[in-house]
Amino acid sequence: MRDAVARFVQDGDTVVIEGFTHLICFAAGHEIIRQGRRDLTLARLTPDLIYDQMIAAGCARKLVFSWAGNPGVGSLHAFRRAVERKSAGTLEIEEYSHFGMVARFSAGAARLPFWPLRNYMGTDLPTVNPRIQSVTCPYTGEALATVPALNPDVTIVHAQRADRAGNTQMWGLVGVQKEAAFASERVIVVVEELVEEQVIRSDPNRTVIPGFIVSAVVAEPWGAHPSYAQGYYDRDNDFYVAWESISRDADKLARYLDEFVYGVPDRAGYLKKQPGLAARLKANERLSQGVNYGF
Amino acid sequence: MAAVAARELRDGEVVFVGIGLPNLACNLARATHAPNLVLIYESGAVGAVPERLPVSIGDPALVTGSLMVCGMADVFQLFLQNGRIEVGFLGGAQVDRYGNINTTMIGTYERPAVRLPGSGGAAEIAVHAQRTLIVAKLNPRAFPERVDFVTSPGQRCGARSRRELGMPGAGPVKVITDKGVLEADAATGEMVLAALYPDVTADDLQAGVGWPLARRERLGAVTPPTETELRVLREVLDPRKLYLKA
Repeated sequence: MRDAVARFVQDGDTVVIEGFTHLICFAAGHEIIRQGRRDLTLARLTPDLIYDQMIAAGCARKLVFSWAGNPGVGSLHAFRRAVERKSAGTLEIEEYSHFGMVARFSAGAARLPFWPLRNYMGTDLPTVNPRIQSVTCPYTGEALATVPALNPDVTIVHAQRADRAGNTQMWGLVGVQKEAAFASERVIVVVEELVEEQVIRSDPNRTVIPGFIVSAVVAEPWGAHPSYAQGYYDRDNDFYVAWESISRDADKLARYLDEFVYGVPDRAGYLKKQPGLAARLKANERLSQGVNYGF
Repeated sequence: MAAVAARELRDGEVVFVGIGLPNLACNLARATHAPNLVLIYESGAVGAVPERLPVSIGDPALVTGSLMVCGMADVFQLFLQNGRIEVGFLGGAQVDRYGNINTTMIGTYERPAVRLPGSGGAAEIAVHAQRTLIVAKLNPRAFPERVDFVTSPGQRCGARSRRELGMPGAGPVKVITDKGVLEADAATGEMVLAALYPDVTADDLQAGVGWPLARRERLGAVTPPTETELRVLREVLDPRKLYLKA
């Protein structure tokens, strides 16, 4: 992880760590914080706790997003302090809806300059975000909203498994990771397990990202915690609840980063500090029925 | 509120489910009168049958045993924009006279007094769902005449109707509150008082709303939750009282 971040994440980059609740790569976010990256444009549908931590750590110049809360709990307080101008420094924001962000990644992945969508009529979003525009359909004359392509410098995707070449398989909620990866100049894949190529080839429909668009593969078990990996470990809802009081107090948040990010060398160190995780969160078994790929 | 919202759902309908009370309402409907309700979550779970109450909209229990899991590009393009969603649920910090919803910020955008999470999928649900139901607790600050920011469009924007603006869905048809139900008036687009909970007066409703509340000629009476509804809510769906209070 250290090498992958050192080599592929640079100051000033547009960085996407995607994953909708599921498979959010906290391990990569923590490594970016440890390496002191600055002036990043952080883009993601749901900034979640990981971007709240990266904003608090001073990594971000700008945030591009569509829903900035702590799901089912409340606020991202480092984000709020920055936007409500209650903390030092400035954080520029560029705001869409989920559909808008998904469309931005779709355009980026297809290497088109924009994506049309039937949306945003009657809302105030275009008045605060001039990048939401409209176009007249050449076939029907209908006015459609448009959003610009999003082509990140680097996208980081967490997944259940990949082979050494980066052929990556995931299951459960897959969010917008495929589009984000294809839209990106560089892709880092972080997985729970490295597997043999034969495992990938035995179930090709489950592959979301092909190895030839991947820059680096990192094996990092429990790398998504406190997010989750379907079939490996559950979401640490207790930590998401605890984040409310940690992030509400800037000093308490700083102490959290000191202990769990700066105070450990890597993810193994982070896990060593929390020995009860597996007993509390390890997934139970619900196997799928296999299919016949024969011909 | 959860029981009243659940009764709005018809068996077999396709519902876009939000977290919190809407999620309770949908699962209550599924456990009582609407076993064939199709629950779609914006996270990509289609036909979800959660075995535990999901804390977040991306809970792993939404995936286990569901009919389909798809990417979010499919959720918004193939389901929502395609017109396949019959009912959408929305809530918000502010709901105004015309059912416009604000989940973005209180104050001014450049320097908000309170920054809220933003749209998520709410803006497009409000545009595309065939009808939307708003669930919100009454309070004059939460129900101002005009919201500070329109995140999700209601029945009128400026003076323009949804049809003039080209929105496919019917928009918010009802606002389910903790004291009664408001409905969109077909002619004016205004949210008007339509039904009262037991032991609640029209004045009680007016006290929680920041505009002069018009009312239907004949007000409906909302039946209190049945024993079955209460038992399912309290013992099966939310025994830890994550969303049910008091």
